Amino acid sequence: MIPVGGEPEGGQMTASPPGGAAQLAVPAEQAAWRRSSAWQVLRKPAAFLPVIFLAGIIVACFAAPLIAPYGPVTQNLTQINQGPSWQHLLGTDTLGRDVLSRLLYGGQASFIGVAEAMAVAVILAVPIGLASGYLQGRTDTAISRVIDVLMAVPGIIILLMALSVFGNSLTPAMIALGVLSVPSLARVVRAATIQVSSELYVAAARVVGLKPRQVMRRHILPRVVGPVVVTASILCGGALLVQTGLAFLGFGVRPPNPSWGSMVQEAGTVLYVDSWLIWPSGLIIALTVLSFILIGDAIRDSAQLSRSGQTPASRRAALRRAERAAARVSEAPREPGQPQHGEASPASPALLEVTDLSVVIPTTDGVKTVVEKVSFSVAAGEAVALVGESGCGKTVTALSILGLPPGGGHISGGSVRFRGTRIDNLPDADWRKLRGSGISYIAQEPIVSLDPSYTVGNQLIEMIRLHTSGSPRKAAVTTTALELLARCGIAQPREVFRLYPHQISGGMAQRVSIARALAGNPQLLIADEPTTALDVTIQAEILDLLHDLQADSAMSVLFVTHDWGVVADICSKAVVMYAGQVVEVSPVADVLAAACHPYTDALLRANPHLAEPGDRLQEIAGSVPPPGQWPVGCRFARRCALATDECAAKPIPIKQLTGQRATRCIRTDELAALQHTKDGSRNAPAATA
Amino acid sequence: MLRLIGRRLLISVPVVFVVTALSFGLLQLLPGNAAEALLGPQATPQEIAGLTKSLGLDRPFYDQYWTWLAQLGHGNLGASLANGQSVTSLLNQRLGVSVSLMSGALIGAIIIGGAIGILSAARPGVLSRLLDLLAIGGLALPAFWIALVLILLLSTKAKLLPALGYVPPSTSLASWARFLILPWIALGATIATIIAKQTRDAMSDALAAPYVTSLRANGTPEWKLIFKHALRNAAIPVVTVIGLLFVGALSTAVIAEQIFSLPGLGSAIVTATTNRDIPVIQGIALYLTVIVVIVNLLVDLAYGWLNPKVRAS
Repeated sequence: MIPVGGEPEGGQMTASPPGGAAQLAVPAEQAAWRRSSAWQVLRKPAAFLPVIFLAGIIVACFAAPLIAPYGPVTQNLTQINQGPSWQHLLGTDTLGRDVLSRLLYGGQASFIGVAEAMAVAVILAVPIGLASGYLQGRTDTAISRVIDVLMAVPGIIILLMALSVFGNSLTPAMIALGVLSVPSLARVVRAATIQVSSELYVAAARVVGLKPRQVMRRHILPRVVGPVVVTASILCGGALLVQTGLAFLGFGVRPPNPSWGSMVQEAGTVLYVDSWLIWPSGLIIALTVLSFILIGDAIRDSAQLSRSGQTPASRRAALRRAERAAARVSEAPREPGQPQHGEASPASPALLEVTDLSVVIPTTDGVKTVVEKVSFSVAAGEAVALVGESGCGKTVTALSILGLPPGGGHISGGSVRFRGTRIDNLPDADWRKLRGSGISYIAQEPIVSLDPSYTVGNQLIEMIRLHTSGSPRKAAVTTTALELLARCGIAQPREVFRLYPHQISGGMAQRVSIARALAGNPQLLIADEPTTALDVTIQAEILDLLHDLQADSAMSVLFVTHDWGVVADICSKAVVMYAGQVVEVSPVADVLAAACHPYTDALLRANPHLAEPGDRLQEIAGSVPPPGQWPVGCRFARRCALATDECAAKPIPIKQLTGQRATRCIRTDELAALQHTKDGSRNAPAATA
Repeated sequence: MLRLIGRRLLISVPVVFVVTALSFGLLQLLPGNAAEALLGPQATPQEIAGLTKSLGLDRPFYDQYWTWLAQLGHGNLGASLANGQSVTSLLNQRLGVSVSLMSGALIGAIIIGGAIGILSAARPGVLSRLLDLLAIGGLALPAFWIALVLILLLSTKAKLLPALGYVPPSTSLASWARFLILPWIALGATIATIIAKQTRDAMSDALAAPYVTSLRANGTPEWKLIFKHALRNAAIPVVTVIGLLFVGALSTAVIAEQIFSLPGLGSAIVTATTNRDIPVIQGIALYLTVIVVIVNLLVDLAYGWLNPKVRAS
């Protein structure tokens, strides 16, 4: 296909998706442009080979008079339509002319045409893009309008018009092609300019009093070069296809003189007699176009590479290896002696029982354990909080209970029991039946957790039908949906029923999410930070709603949260996680009185809701170690003021205390003493920031 | 929605004017006396004077354009310089061929490319990587060359399909389709690869979206996640690409008509360009531009239908 007019396909696929996304894609790459030099790019075979090929072919074409074995139009009627031989490396055509020689001479017109088109495109697009991106305002609007019009012009018509006037030369057509390529190139320049303009040194140059033209030339232009080269390289491929396409139609170079396009055309006319001829000319065009595209891709990838240290391709390969490894982990037989799935565990009082649950997730650095031997239980009608900072594995744990570990992860050990039945190794179909009706889920971001393309009503009805056997009447389902909305505190269910997610507020969307999660009458609701994304006043309303629902329907709730206010309001038990492990399990009333793990204690002190007026809030110094960098001993030791050498020496087991409490700390006595003697409020056991 | 359509019309009207005015300005660009250039060196002064008068070359440019526009209102686009035939009737004969070729290739590419894209997003792996390779091939291989290879393999060698010619659907629907299969593949292959890749990427994004996680966590079956939820959302970016792809594919359509001997607008504009048959070029420019405008309008309507944010405003 000849990408005339509009963006070339190369531009759409590899350089930028059309539309606004193009403007988003480029700035992200910007930061790295300065660091990637031409030499770095050339060291990669993905760029090196096409550059060598392209340089070789260009030199060979223009050196044709010196190196071509025969003249471009030299006929030898005794040797027509011959295949490749030592005498004629690529064979001969219908008039006995040497194909290799004709290809070498014929390439000249192609490369000249591409150069003409690109020169025009770059000369016009760079200033237009710079002006549009730097001056913005009305200039930008006006330029954008013109670009919109140009992109809808069918380019082939313009090219053929140019040819009808100047029939013997391709130059006017290639110049027209250059003009038609301006929109896609100018958009890239504009996006890059907007990105660079927002940087401090450009603002500084402006403050110093440089004129816009000087700022653009000295400070912005150099940074725009990278994206321009990438796009121009891909456009070159498109221009070559146009040039050869026009030559194929018989425009430009006159027979008997060769050009790549006309050689394909000539081959086409003798297709029935000699099918060899279409290969050399067709493949040389394809390889040259491919080289242009690959060079553009390689330069762009190298810009990303200098950020990450790995090429995207090798990063993808690493991820694939890790995924396969993770899959093997999950297929491997678990600890022997564990009951098989479906087998009921005798006399288990808990609704949900998580035992030694471990989860692995594939990353580019290999398979990583993100949740390790997590155990806790949720009794019927109980509300349990899963507490911890971001990155401790709370959400992974919550989703793994549903059999949906994120990021291509797998459960690598332990078990999950629901109503006494093991569910972590259920077949997909059975697990699916459990979701929504046995255990349901509400997510953190209410608006994005609703499908933007369907109305609230449509999504509720879908969920109700899913969890109702048989095919209930539409009116009945609608009534149920409206009841659910009303039950979730929506004052005008009929109105909200008809609205799309983008038309409702965050609080309203969370109510809809809750209604959707209740559609299957679940016994356990997993709520993943359901109030974090909401305004404070709305948070309280949603918490009240969840509290009432839980109290009314004797539904169990597993609350994932880092907010002690939520824990105190709703939950009766707190499970505190740190770096993939459970570090404390305690009744909420007890933990609020006195934590029995220094991390819990530190979390409580850092919480604004629980602080006394006049106290200083105490942050926890440092951060949660990421998966893969967990210390051997206590994972919190590095941030803990009570830590001793013994804490870091070996893994700390979880220890049962009295009153249904458990902790993964060997310094509980010291912690208690500290809390007791100093009232715990002014001296933190954790190192403070 | 109305705003979207309004915006499209706001772009479309200038596009039609720009292209037709350009096609009209051509006569001005011809070196020397246009009529002399058109008729060649053997023309007598009487012939030149006659053509000058009939083309209105003795009047100013804007006057000529205005007359042309006024005649257009009466469905009159002048007469071909090559054979004196009315341009309107010439083009109306050929319009059906081009529409058959383009619509078939585009619809086929959307269905097949979309299906491949959905499949490789739902089951990532070998198919997905094969698609990456195919997409590069689809970009680098010239369409005219693909067309010749298709003829060689499916027509010359395997003798499965006819390579050249056209049968109107009114004569025989089956022959119409048989004669168009190769052109459809030649024109549609690249479009299909690009649509497949775009669909795959958009579907992968959609399947990783939070709403899919929430729906899955509440028991929505996988097929429904793919076909009801992800596909609907993924179609929005893919549809916007189709308009641009169509503009690009016009040039391939012109070449394909030439290769497969299809008597459509594309082969007519190539002949007219070679013959400098300006009235025909002007007419085809108008026809093709209007087709592009219609396709873009359809794309906008589909976009608005898919995207509730646009529909509601």
